[in-house]
Amino acid sequence: MNEWLYVLLFIVVGLIIPVGAIGVAWIISPKKPNPIKSETYECGIETVGDSWVQFKAQYYIFALVFLVFDVEAVFLFPWAVKLGQLGLYAVIEGIIFILILVAGLVYTWRKGMLEWA
Amino acid sequence: MTQLDFQTLLPLTILTVWACVLLIVDLFIPKNRKGITAVLAALGLAVTLSFTILQIGRENSGYSGMVVLDGFSTFVNALILVSGLLGIALAYGYVKRMGLERGEYYTLLLFSVVGMMLMAQAADLIVVFIALELLSIPLYVLAAFSRTSAESEEAGIKYFLLGAFATGFVVYGTALVFGATGTTSLVGIVGSASNGTSSLLLTIGAALILVGFGFKVAAVPFHMWTPDVYQGAPTSVTAFMAAGAKIAGFAALLRVFATAFPTLATDLTDILWALSAVTMILGNVVAISQTNIKRMLAYSSIAHAGYILMAFVPYGNKDIMPISIAAGLFYLVSYVFTNFGAWGVVIALEKSEGKGLEIGDYAGLGRKYPALAAAMTVFMLSLIGLPPTLGLVGKFYLFRAVIAGGYTGLAIIGVVTSLVSAYYYLRVVVTMYMKDGEPTTEREPMLDFTTAFTAIVTVVVSLVPQWLFLLASNAVLKLF
Repeated sequence: MNEWLYVLLFIVVGLIIPVGAIGVAWIISPKKPNPIKSETYECGIETVGDSWVQFKAQYYIFALVFLVFDVEAVFLFPWAVKLGQLGLYAVIEGIIFILILVAGLVYTWRKGMLEWA
Repeated sequence: MTQLDFQTLLPLTILTVWACVLLIVDLFIPKNRKGITAVLAALGLAVTLSFTILQIGRENSGYSGMVVLDGFSTFVNALILVSGLLGIALAYGYVKRMGLERGEYYTLLLFSVVGMMLMAQAADLIVVFIALELLSIPLYVLAAFSRTSAESEEAGIKYFLLGAFATGFVVYGTALVFGATGTTSLVGIVGSASNGTSSLLLTIGAALILVGFGFKVAAVPFHMWTPDVYQGAPTSVTAFMAAGAKIAGFAALLRVFATAFPTLATDLTDILWALSAVTMILGNVVAISQTNIKRMLAYSSIAHAGYILMAFVPYGNKDIMPISIAAGLFYLVSYVFTNFGAWGVVIALEKSEGKGLEIGDYAGLGRKYPALAAAMTVFMLSLIGLPPTLGLVGKFYLFRAVIAGGYTGLAIIGVVTSLVSAYYYLRVVVTMYMKDGEPTTEREPMLDFTTAFTAIVTVVVSLVPQWLFLLASNAVLKLF
């Protein structure tokens, strides 16, 4: 049960820090609102029109292709670090893993999904 | 990884690699010759099937007890692979005719088959979860495969959203079971549960897992998605989904509940009894009012989930359980062949844009295409459970096992609902033979062959069913 206390502690500290920071800022900050300040902040520029519009589906496909590299990196870093101890078996496993991901990339490439059209 | 580990998953590995390679090979097959992909996919299934058959009699577990290989998994895997082959045979001409012919159809089907096979071999709740996802995700995509049809899109998104929700139930159930027992391995759960630790948490976890599987096999009250998805999805997908997902779902139910939760028998028997009864009643009664053949067969599929669930009711009774599970497996076999045959006839009559799917469109089939009508009659009789078909033998074994277990009431519900179902199945037969009409059908060699083959199996095996039942009995022998 004791190790769960750390989790609880973690949650409590995790709550205190942001609540404290925002709370203190809210208390001690001067409040001088004007119309420009109260505008919605969205990457610096005010939105034009409605944000509920159709997006190009290709953004989605790009995100999926990105996942190939993303997942690859996540798994290959620990694999590379421990490679010395794991030996030949791990090398083969790693190669198989990369081959599977490459298959995904070759598939999207050949389907012409990497061209922005 | 030892050689034993590798052997345990050998057919599965072959099919996975085959599917991955096929995905790449398909890129180099010209657009108008995707039939080659279909043939290659079927070849992969056939090779895997032969390796599965070579594994008969071999039993071991691998990968630190995550997966097992036993008679049960071999039996179920062979059935799944046969379904995959029948699914490809039905799709071969259909996707071309409907303008859906893309190589991904067959690759996705292979991946789904891999998931189903893994489900039959899973010996750990985590593997069950992975298998569930692996079999479901390709099915979601396949359901929406007809991209230009709004119904197909609806079917896909509906199946995906509800399926994801159901998977959530399985995961949460797994988490609770892990919380109660400290392990996700099925063997470990039994060991921990027999010590009698915190059984409430375990019961809730098991119940949540049951909900998730109930969704996959389309048991009432988790059946809401079935009619819409079955109707909207391309018919060849529906046929595969109805058979494959059911086999895998029941295999998982059996594996998880028979091996992991025997201590919960007292709590779960009543629940399973009620699920089975409600599913049979609702499926059969609602099917009566359907005029669309795809919806009717969807409700029929729900009803049959109820019959197969019967096999689980004597749960915990060590004497009856092997017989009843063997009867359940037998019923699955009979359902798979009948199901593919019936959907094959539907495909033969279906026109583009959802025409030719009303039961009225079958009028005059008996006069114009006697062979096709005869085949459809066989399938309808088998779904009711009348001689001389596999459906009768399956129901006979099932009801006998349930009565032997002391659940006569459930058997009576089964018989009465079968009588009710005769009304809507026979209506198709009556329409075919006694009404006038000018139906047109598609003549595709693969489709004709599949329909004829399943019809012959449905009749011939019903005349000598003992060997199949013996095979099923031997398959489940070591489970209990």
